[in-house]
Order: sequence, then structure tokens, then C-alpha cells
Amino acid sequence: MSGFTVIRAGTAPDLPTPATPKRVPHRGGAANPSAEALKARFGDAIRRVDVVWGETSVTIDAAKVLDIVRWLHDDTSQSYEYLVDVTAVEFRDRALPIEVIWHLRSIKYRRFLRLKGLIEKGNPLSVPSVWAVYKGADWLERECYDMFGITFTGHPDLRRILLWEQYAEGFPLRKDFPLRGRFSRAEQLRQALSANPEARYSMEELSIADAFAELPLDMRERIKHGESTGE
Amino acid sequence: MGLIDAPAPNVVSVEPAHSEGWITTRLDFLVNWGRANSLWPMPFGTACCAIEFMATAASKFDLARFGMERMGYSPRQADVLICAGRVPFKLAPVLRRIWQQMPQPKWAISMGACASTGGMFDNYAVVQGIDTIIPVDVYVPGCPPRPEALIHAIMMLQKKVMKDRMSDTAARMEMEPDPESQLYIPPSRIDALSQQFGNSIPQTRSGQ
Repeated sequence: MSGFTVIRAGTAPDLPTPATPKRVPHRGGAANPSAEALKARFGDAIRRVDVVWGETSVTIDAAKVLDIVRWLHDDTSQSYEYLVDVTAVEFRDRALPIEVIWHLRSIKYRRFLRLKGLIEKGNPLSVPSVWAVYKGADWLERECYDMFGITFTGHPDLRRILLWEQYAEGFPLRKDFPLRGRFSRAEQLRQALSANPEARYSMEELSIADAFAELPLDMRERIKHGESTGE
Repeated sequence: MGLIDAPAPNVVSVEPAHSEGWITTRLDFLVNWGRANSLWPMPFGTACCAIEFMATAASKFDLARFGMERMGYSPRQADVLICAGRVPFKLAPVLRRIWQQMPQPKWAISMGACASTGGMFDNYAVVQGIDTIIPVDVYVPGCPPRPEALIHAIMMLQKKVMKDRMSDTAARMEMEPDPESQLYIPPSRIDALSQQFGNSIPQTRSGQ
């Protein structure tokens, strides 16, 4: 984790000159070559390949996502250096599975790939974390956990990121979550006002870890007693 | 020393002909006159209303004409809290603490639809009106309000300040939230203030 790796866009050999695509079909069209490579390499773990408006979505076995992503990242024929986003979708149709979605970008090959993992209703909402491959997945997965309650196993610090840690109403982007929340407005306000604003952030997030010795005595005392950790 | 006519109650009367320079007025009036014309705002900008607030403070509309030359970015040196923008529940204790840090006398302006009522954000995350957290003196409608609207609110606040009486201590009482619930108004009133209106619906369609 020292220094930076400079990746220049489109430096892979024999790449076509980038051009604005014209007359892209809604469905069908040329798939990202990585989809075929994935099928050849992972076989049954690759369930389906869809091309919608020229973008390739590969439906995978969610349990295998870490292996797949690691290969996509490490293999020089793929070089997906950048994790754009981790998110999830729950559909209004209760029978449809929840989709966990990873957006990958290969800067070197100028490729975009969407991976989808399906979690059938009734199964535990749990998928492997890709943090081991992309450190940037840390906050993305925390947000996904915060909004959907999906557990990313292997994540180093899986806790709420947008809502406060004591938030007790559930996961707001789930379809069974009422728009106005579960509690009355007075109860929501009571819980919010009872919280200590400083207790929501870790030392690192407050950027005061280095300056601990220079903090006022009372603040040092409170941090020592674990008040800033949110527990 | 000559005799001066008894002054009108709300007028500072000066008689330059009399070299002693006597001024007679009510102390209330003099203090209020000074306060009303040197209100230092504490901007609490969280959304697009803050952009309009910045426009109001900048040269074209020039808030300094109303004695608001200095923005008090520390609540301890501020007189009027201008809450511009939506306040999520996560920010509620922050706003409450800033208000409590401001010294008396102090006033609050709730700028825009979101700060005043929650606006279009009738959802799980947004406080339905900051008057459920702190007492508010002037509400400014608009989404966002134009600078003229904010200036109008400030002038209304100045009129309110001018009406202040030293004998009336109730106006200067620091709010005391209930130590148990941290609310300063009854929960039933908060629920009533936060009731749905307009197109707001209690549940998403999927909740049926």
C-alpha cells in the first residue's frame, strides 16, 4: 500500500479508437469480451449475460464474487483496476430476489462491466466482501449495509455510515420500510436529540488521532472512556 | 440649559441648539435600537437556501445594510441563527447544540420550506420543521426564498426586536428541554406539527 500506480486510459494494445456509439440496440448487441472470458474461466458460477443499451451485465453466483472480482482485477487480460460502485436493488415484486451489484471499470482496456449477484428471498442477506481486492469497497459496502442490511462477510468495519449507529428503525431502502420511518416523529426526534453528536465518529474520522496529546483535557478523558467510538 | 419637550416614546430626540447634547429616550428603546441594527447572523446552511443566503450577503443585496456586516461563524458571537436548508435527524442534535451555545438575547430565522416544515422531504430522514428542535422567530416561505424574502424576514425580526421590553423576562428565557426526552415541546405537538399534508403519503405503495 505504498505509492501510487499510474494507469493510463486505453493503453492496452490493439484497442479501437474511442468513438461515441451510434444506434445502440436496447437489447442484444456486442457484449463486453470479459463476459466470454468469465464464462470460460468460471463456468457454472456465471449464470447469465445481458447486454442492455450496450452495457454488459453478468449475473453471477454471489458466493463466488470475491474469486471472480479478484481474477478480473489481477488478470492482465482484464485489468479491472477500479471499483465504481457497490449497490443493491430490491424489486417491488416480492417474489424477485434482491440483487447486489458491483460496477467495475477497466481503465486500461476502456471497459465497463456490471456484476449482479442474486439473493433469493428467504436466504440470509450475506455476500462476500470485495474489500480484500478493492480498498475503496470499504465505504461503498458500508453504505449498502446501511441502506439494505446486506452483510458483507470479510469487511473489516461493517457498520452504518449515513445513519447513526444507534439507528433502530431498520434499513430505509428496503421495500418493507415505510417512507416516513417506523417510529412517530416525536420518537424519532427524541432518539436523534438524545444522541451525542461527537459519539458518532471514530478518532480517525475526526482527524484528531494524531493530535490527541494537544486536545483539551476533558475531551481526552471522554475519548479515553470510549465515548467517541459510538458504542 | 434649556427645556426640551417630552420625547415621543419611541424616538431619540436630539436638540442640536443646546450645546450640552442632551438625549432623552427610553433605555428599552435605545438598547433595542442598537440590537436591531447590529444583528450578527450565525448561518446554518445545509442546502440550496444557503446559496440564496450567500447571494443576500454578497454585494448585490448587501446584508451589511441591515447591520449584518459580520457573519458569526462561531455561535458564541452571534445574535440570530439563520437555518437555511433541510435538517436531517442526524443534524438535529448539532442544531440544538449550536442554539444552546448562542448567548442571550438570540433569535432564529427558519429560511425556506424545508427548514420550516420539512418541505418536500416528508421522509424518514428529515426533521419536519426546525421549530420542533429550537424556538423560531420568523419563518421565510419559498423554495428557496429570494434574497428579498430573506431581507423582508430580517426586517420583520428587527421590528420584533424593537418591541422587546426589559421588564418582560419571558422573552429572554432560555428554553429548557426535558432532560429525559430532550424535547422542549410535548411529543403530541411534534406529531401534530409533522402531520402529512399535500401530496405526502403515509406509506410507499409497496407497503400495502
